[in-house]
Amino acid sequence: MNLNDLPDARGHFGPYGGIFVAETLMSALEELKREYLAAKGDPDFMAEFCHELKHYVGRPSPVYHARRLSAHYGGAQIYLKREDLNHTGAHKINNTIGQALLARRMGKKRVIAETGAGQHGVASATVAARYGMECVVYMGAEDVQRQAPNVFRMKLLGATVVPVSSGSKTLKDALNEAMRDWVTNVESTFYILGTAAGPHPYPMLVRDFQCVIGEECLTQMPELIGRQPDCVVACVGGGSNAIGIFHPYIPHEQVRLIGVEAGGEGIASGRHAAPLSAGTPGVLHGFRSYLMQDENGQVIETHSISAGLDYPGVGPEHSYLKDSGRAEYVAINDDEALRAFHDLCRFEGIIPALESSHALAYAAKLAPTLGEDKVVLVNLSGRGDKDINTVAKLAGITL
Amino acid sequence: MSRIGPTFAALQAQHKKALIPFITAGDPEPAFTVLLMHALVAGGADIIELGVPFSDPMADGPTIQRASERALAHKVGLRDVLGMVKAFRAGNAATPVVLMGYANPIEHMGYEAFAQAAGAAGVDGVLIVDIPPEESPGVADVFAAHGLDPIYLLSPTTPEARMDAVARLARGFVYYVSLKGVTGAAHLNLEEVAQKIPLLRKHCGLPVGVGFGIRDADTARAIAGLADAVVVGSRVIQEIENSPREKIAENVTALMAALRKGVDAA
Repeated sequence: MNLNDLPDARGHFGPYGGIFVAETLMSALEELKREYLAAKGDPDFMAEFCHELKHYVGRPSPVYHARRLSAHYGGAQIYLKREDLNHTGAHKINNTIGQALLARRMGKKRVIAETGAGQHGVASATVAARYGMECVVYMGAEDVQRQAPNVFRMKLLGATVVPVSSGSKTLKDALNEAMRDWVTNVESTFYILGTAAGPHPYPMLVRDFQCVIGEECLTQMPELIGRQPDCVVACVGGGSNAIGIFHPYIPHEQVRLIGVEAGGEGIASGRHAAPLSAGTPGVLHGFRSYLMQDENGQVIETHSISAGLDYPGVGPEHSYLKDSGRAEYVAINDDEALRAFHDLCRFEGIIPALESSHALAYAAKLAPTLGEDKVVLVNLSGRGDKDINTVAKLAGITL
Repeated sequence: MSRIGPTFAALQAQHKKALIPFITAGDPEPAFTVLLMHALVAGGADIIELGVPFSDPMADGPTIQRASERALAHKVGLRDVLGMVKAFRAGNAATPVVLMGYANPIEHMGYEAFAQAAGAAGVDGVLIVDIPPEESPGVADVFAAHGLDPIYLLSPTTPEARMDAVARLARGFVYYVSLKGVTGAAHLNLEEVAQKIPLLRKHCGLPVGVGFGIRDADTARAIAGLADAVVVGSRVIQEIENSPREKIAENVTALMAALRKGVDAA
C-alpha cells in the first residue's frame, strides 16, 4: 500500500481513523467530504487558498539555519521551518483559512471551534473576522484561566468564548462540547476542527491544508543545502504541524521522520500526554487511534507544560505511520522542553512556543549523535509569546 | 435469545406501546443500580436501557454527563455494569436490558469477549452511540452470535439510503433520535417526528422507539401515538439527582407510573 494514498474512501489509515460519531452527524460529515473533494479539484478554490496563504498569512515561511544553536549542541546542523512567523504566530492559520473558505463555499455563516492553549481559537476567530462569519470557541474552563491573553485576543476579534466545565475542563472536553454544538446546529454551522484528528474527512483535510509546510521545505531545503534533510522533527499533540511537514516527505524514504510527544513529568510517572509512546488503540472524538486510557477504557487525564500538546489522543495517520515504521515517535519531558525553550531564546533570538520546544529538545539530543554533515530540520510550529506567563511562573516571577 | 422481540410482540398483541427508561449504571452509587432497575419495572417499564458510564459522552447533554461523572467517581467499569445486569437477572428474568454507551470501553474489552460476557450476564441488546453501521458490519454479527440485538440510531438527518443500510444490520428495534441535538434537549418537534416515522417504517420493519426530549406524561403520550416505544432518559436521571437517597427508588417508580399513564393513554 502506498502511504501517500491514505486514507481510503471511508477515512481509514489501516485500522485507524474512520467515522465514529452519532447518527445525526453522519450526513454532515458526508456533505463535508463531498464539498471538500469538489473544492480540492476546483482551481479557483485552490488559487484563492494559495493567495490567502501568501498575502494574509505571509507564506512561504522561511527555513533558517540555526548556526549558533547547532554549534552549541554539536553534531548535525539544525534548520528551523519558521511557522512561528505566520500571521497569528503558528501553523494553525493554514488550516483555519482552508476550512473557512470551505465554510463560505458551503454557505455556512456560523463557525465553531475547540481550543486548548487558544492558538487554534485565535486562528479561527481571525478567519471568522476576515470572512465575516459568526464564531463561537469552546475552551476548557481550566484553560480559560491559564490562557487569559488568548481569551482576550479571541474576544477582540469578535468571537464568543464559551468556558467548558465538564470532565477535566481541558481540550478534550472543549472538543466534546464543540461536537455537541455541531450536532444541535448541524445545518447552519461549520465546525473548524483544529488538528488532523476527529472523524473522516477531518484528518485528511486538515493534513492537506497543512501540507503546505512540508511542500515548501521540499523546495527550500535543496535551495539551501543542495539536498533534502536527513531528519525532520516535529512536536505531536493532535499532530497537525507534524503531519503537515511529514506527509510530503513520506515518499523520500531516506529522510527520517521523528514525532515528539509530550512526556510531561516522565512516561514512568504516568503524568504525560504521549499516547503513541505509552497508549493503546481506542476510539475517541470520532476516530480510532492510539489513546491514553485506563483498564476500563476510560480516557485518562493528561499532563504537559504545553497546553497545546495536552491531549489524550493523536491523529490517526500518526498511529499508522508509527505501526508501519515510516515515522518514529519519542517523548520529551517538561524540563527538557523548557531547557530547549531557553536555548533558542539565548542562542538565536527566537522565543519558541512550548509545543515547538519539545521538537527542539529532541533535536538537541539527536544532533550530537550525528555527524556535522547531517541536517536536522525542525518544524518551529509556533512562537512563544503566549507562553511567557507560564515560563515566568516556573521561574517564580510574576509579570 | 434476546427478550426484545418477544416483548414487543406481547405488547403489540395487547395494543400497547413500550416504555423504555434510561439510567446510568453506577449513578448515584453502584449499590443503587439493581434496586433502581427493579423500581423502574415496578413503575411500568417494559425494557431498561442501562448506560455504561464513559469519560467523554459526546452525544449527551449536561444531565447524563453528570450521571456518568457520578458513576465514574466510583470507578464503575464495563465489567461492573455486566455484574449489575447479572444481579438484576436474579430477581427478574423477563424484562429486556439494553446496554447503551460509547465505543471505547467495549473496544477496550474486545467485541468478542464483551459479547460473550454480556450474553452470559443476561443483556438483550447493545446500542453503541458512536459506532454507525459503516464501522460495524462485523460487530453486528458478533453480537447476534451471542443473542444480543444490535440497536442502531436513526436521526432527523438520516437520508433514506442510509435507513436501508441500518435496517439490514439492526435487530430488536430501531431508536429514532427525535431532534438534532444532545440528550435532554428541550426542542422536541412532534410534527417533524410524525412526518418521519412513516418513512422509517417504509425502510425498516422493526419496531421504532423514539427518544430525546421526552420529559412528561404529555410528551410520552404524544410520542406513543406515533411510535412503538417511548425512551426517557434525562428526566429519569433528574429524578435520581433531585431525590434524597432514601426516596430515590420510590420517586423513580412514581415517575415511571406517571409516564406509563401517558404512554397507555395514546
